[in-house]
Amino acid sequence: MKKLINDPEAVVREALEGMEAAHGDRLRVMYDPYVIVRADAPVQGKVGLVSGGGSGHEPMHGGLVGPGMLDAACPGEVFTSPTPDQMLEATKAVDGGAGVLHIVKNYTGDVLNFEMAADLAKGEGVEVEAVVTNDDVAVQDSLYTAGRRGVGVTVLAEKICGAAADEGKSLAEVAELCRKVNGQGRSMGMALTPCVTPGSGEPSFELGEDEMEIGIGIHGEPGRFREPIGTAAQVVERLASAIVEDLPFESGDKVLAFVNGMGGTPLIELYIVYRELNNLLQERGIIIDRRLIGDYITSLEMAGCSITLLKLDDELTRLWDAPADTPALRVG
Amino acid sequence: MNITSTTVREWIRAYADEIAEHRVELVKLDTAIGDGDHGTNMDRGMRKAVEKLDGTEGEDIGALLKGVGMALVSSVGGAAGPLYGTLFLEMGKASAGQEELDLAGWTGALEAGVKGVQARGKAEPEDKTMVDALLPALEALRAAADEGAALEDALRRSADAAAGGMRATIPLEARRGRASYLGPRSVGHQDPGATSSQLLLEVAATTFGGAG
Repeated sequence: MKKLINDPEAVVREALEGMEAAHGDRLRVMYDPYVIVRADAPVQGKVGLVSGGGSGHEPMHGGLVGPGMLDAACPGEVFTSPTPDQMLEATKAVDGGAGVLHIVKNYTGDVLNFEMAADLAKGEGVEVEAVVTNDDVAVQDSLYTAGRRGVGVTVLAEKICGAAADEGKSLAEVAELCRKVNGQGRSMGMALTPCVTPGSGEPSFELGEDEMEIGIGIHGEPGRFREPIGTAAQVVERLASAIVEDLPFESGDKVLAFVNGMGGTPLIELYIVYRELNNLLQERGIIIDRRLIGDYITSLEMAGCSITLLKLDDELTRLWDAPADTPALRVG
Repeated sequence: MNITSTTVREWIRAYADEIAEHRVELVKLDTAIGDGDHGTNMDRGMRKAVEKLDGTEGEDIGALLKGVGMALVSSVGGAAGPLYGTLFLEMGKASAGQEELDLAGWTGALEAGVKGVQARGKAEPEDKTMVDALLPALEALRAAADEGAALEDALRRSADAAAGGMRATIPLEARRGRASYLGPRSVGHQDPGATSSQLLLEVAATTFGGAG
């Protein structure tokens, strides 16, 4: 294992200390338990937005805390859901009297821990709603699985719902908007290499030099299919076709196109992916009206990418364009 | 001999040791069909639970088990935190105020715990989860109780049933948890949650059965 760390056991804490040192002007970091919170929280009268998940996906979620996006994030251990006590502290820290929305990615651990936290917070008199994102088309959505995973749409929902909360929308309205974003967004990812968690020191799966994994999640878990490696055009065709056909996205639709790097893929390659995606959508008459390109939901040093498409309307476009000021994403 | 708050403490300590010993094995099982953190997370949680045992002298069995549950909920993370946390919390509720448990008392506590796990995780038998070790263990306890078996004998049969249930997860296709994302690729691997649950019941048999 080659990593820029001091101690595998201290990775999350030391990264939080770095974030606090770098962004202390707008973030406050609590260490017992771990919570990253807006420096000016709670904002009175505004719906609080809380998300969280395992560490190793930076900048999500801690780097997306700030005006216009999240009020707090709960970082778990690497690839491990945070715990209800963290979520409870985060919820109390951001409750400005208008209630708190939990944005939860659909992973069994995240969902179970957030459910316990919501029960605890309600017991303390805080109004809580939870929306579970599940936009990953690589997973069959059936009664017989844990359901589709929450991936790229989560970042877009955090931006759009953050803007709505800033506008003074109620908890019920922000939650409904979050469900709408999740309902209109679809994603799929792929990997060229596995990643190595600091705790295990071992690759999360074995992948041959000439192979790629299609349909990966964000925790180093293997994907749905293993194939001989293809060109960027072939990879985009594979991912984007599945996404487009799933919703489905149709000719004339305006979309936000989000090309996300998994952590180990350079921006030059992500722009080639964007080029192919742009061509493919143009051929189908789908209009890219907004875009986001870069590393936002990573899987440590995994090489690969994910594509997310979100069907836009005037409301979503306006909220996407509204100002946000977080360490990882600034608009306006 | 009945289960006492002293032997419950021993059981928790012995389980923490067993988890530490099997940490790497649990990580390997979880890497195959999950995300590879089960051994690390359970080890961290059980160390926390053992730390919390200090200063609980005089507490009844219910309070001890609730303390273990809270420690796991706040330190394990993943799905295992709420699930094992719920198992111990519900076992604690069912044995609230008790200084001793006989076979019926232990069976009642485990029954409450397993019900709680199923309600929280919504897993059914053969979903390839910890329930596949816990439920057969519970059924074996009930059968032994009906036959009027001694506690030691019942615990041994319960642990053996858990081991059978654990091994029976190998050919199953996962329908809950992260392993379900793999679909048919989850077949051929033993479930890590069923493995850590089997260890819990095996340690119960050796600790409470006096054969440890």
